[in-house]
Amino acid sequence: MSWRAIAFALAVLAALVFPAVAGTYSVKLLQEILIWGVFAMSLDVLMGYAGMVSFGHSAFFGVGGYVAALALTQWGAGTVTGLVVPAAAAAVAAVVIGYFSIRVSGVYFIMLTLAFSQMFYAVTFQVAWLGAEDGIVGVPRPVILGVDLATPGAFHVYVIGVAAAATLLLAGIVRSPFGHVLRGIHDNEGRMQSIGYAVHRYKLLAFVIAGTVAGVAGALYTQFAGSITPEAFLWRTSGEALLMVIIGGTGTLGGALLGAAAFILLQSFVSSYTERWMLLLGATFILFVLFAPGGIVGALRGRIGLRA
Amino acid sequence: MLLSDLLAQALNGLSYGVLLFLLSVGLTLIFGMLDVVNLAHGSFYMLGAYAGLATIAVTGNFWLALLAAPLAVGLVGALMERTVLRPLYRRPPLDQVLLTFGFIYVFEDVVKWIWGGSIRSIPPPDIFARSVNLFGGAFPSYRLFVIVFGLVVAVLLWLLIERTRLGAVIRAGVYDAEMTSGMGINIHRVFTGVFAFGAALGGLSGVIAGPIQSAQPPMGATILVPALIVVVVGGLGSLKGSLVGSLLIGQAEVWGKVWLPGVSMAMIYLVMAAVVLLRPQGLFGRPLK
Repeated sequence: MSWRAIAFALAVLAALVFPAVAGTYSVKLLQEILIWGVFAMSLDVLMGYAGMVSFGHSAFFGVGGYVAALALTQWGAGTVTGLVVPAAAAAVAAVVIGYFSIRVSGVYFIMLTLAFSQMFYAVTFQVAWLGAEDGIVGVPRPVILGVDLATPGAFHVYVIGVAAAATLLLAGIVRSPFGHVLRGIHDNEGRMQSIGYAVHRYKLLAFVIAGTVAGVAGALYTQFAGSITPEAFLWRTSGEALLMVIIGGTGTLGGALLGAAAFILLQSFVSSYTERWMLLLGATFILFVLFAPGGIVGALRGRIGLRA
Repeated sequence: MLLSDLLAQALNGLSYGVLLFLLSVGLTLIFGMLDVVNLAHGSFYMLGAYAGLATIAVTGNFWLALLAAPLAVGLVGALMERTVLRPLYRRPPLDQVLLTFGFIYVFEDVVKWIWGGSIRSIPPPDIFARSVNLFGGAFPSYRLFVIVFGLVVAVLLWLLIERTRLGAVIRAGVYDAEMTSGMGINIHRVFTGVFAFGAALGGLSGVIAGPIQSAQPPMGATILVPALIVVVVGGLGSLKGSLVGSLLIGQAEVWGKVWLPGVSMAMIYLVMAAVVLLRPQGLFGRPLK
């Protein structure tokens, strides 16, 4: 067993027993970290591995969240409505947005993805049967494999289970031959094209995988909060995921998770002392880009010689 | 719908389009020169509106605000380029985009800190405070002023870029910065100047928008999206594209409200999607590699 697998198993175990030693608030923070961690990891697959920096990843988080809210309230609360349908919807959204967006790259890709995510914001903000600006509230938690997730303990295990599964899936993908092709595209798209890879198809698939997992994160978030609002689509949501990836270190899934933890903990800590959370957030962002572009993981690697 | 209503709507679209032009032309100028998509450009617009408010609070004069606010915002832009953007020119261009993204948060919160989060509005100057009779209906005269003002700025910009020595230097820098620097031009000074000038245009548009759209801290992030859509539609780095894209998006916004009530906000995105599908580089953009 590699040290990676051991660390992963230990982390899952620690998360599972966490409620035994911590209060309700801390447990909720941990769940929030895991949900945002899944979202940030999905963005990192796109950014750090395929080299496609998206400023509109909130589109899929929001679609997953909204479809989960609709399905759980309208069609009954089960596995299909809680996870499968939202993931599928996010995948469809990713195919459509991806079809348009991967035609361009670099700054154009940034602008297009940002604009598309704001289109969802605009539509959900206006459409009455989606609750307009109030969103959808009172979303029940599903019953999965006969277990009612309305119980806090069961929900905790469920969040850990989904987050662990998403982590393993994404880790498997970036280590697979497919993941290596993505890294090749990141390093030199023209060369990969010349070698004979259908670069566009790979990029679209990466976009859809990242979008689907982001949709799962959104669905989890709806079940966590019991509601979803158009804010989920807002550029801020994409920006926060981006910040998590950058703080943690792009191109390392563990870094994205670490970044999510740092972000959520800092947010809960700072907002109890000052109202200037956004200022601090922006300044952190700027300082990391200027002085630590490799994020926490990059800085650690430099210090203690941790290997990639 | 009466013909007079149609004309009034078209004029509304034109005034919004002209406003978008003042904003997006700075964005496109900065990109053309520095290869940076300045995501904090909406923040310059917001800073302009608040600097305008502050000037009016002290002097009570709108015209003074129209002069002071762009200067102040231009100074902020110059400082930003000198201190944080310049060290990143050797890095991949995305790092600079990320950096400007961080500034959206910083500027918005600083403004909230100083002026609070409430909605304010800039009163229009006295001579444009009334409506005029147009096509048998009342039309705010300030909007007519915005249209004329924006078109005058467009002409002046065109003259500056195409007919002056400074414009020639800028065009040369856009074409090949390294070669221009080899010809003995201090390209770094040009970079700072263009960034400051683009920021000042953003600030200017903020003051101009003040009497039409109310000022509040999130306004910068909100206006950024239509401005980006304009440059996607018109073609990044093209002044002509910025003008045509702005006027097109201005009309799309207004007619969306007429034709698609309920989902009107989606209209401009539909226009964008159509353009991207047919011409990924935008209407006047250079072909993508």
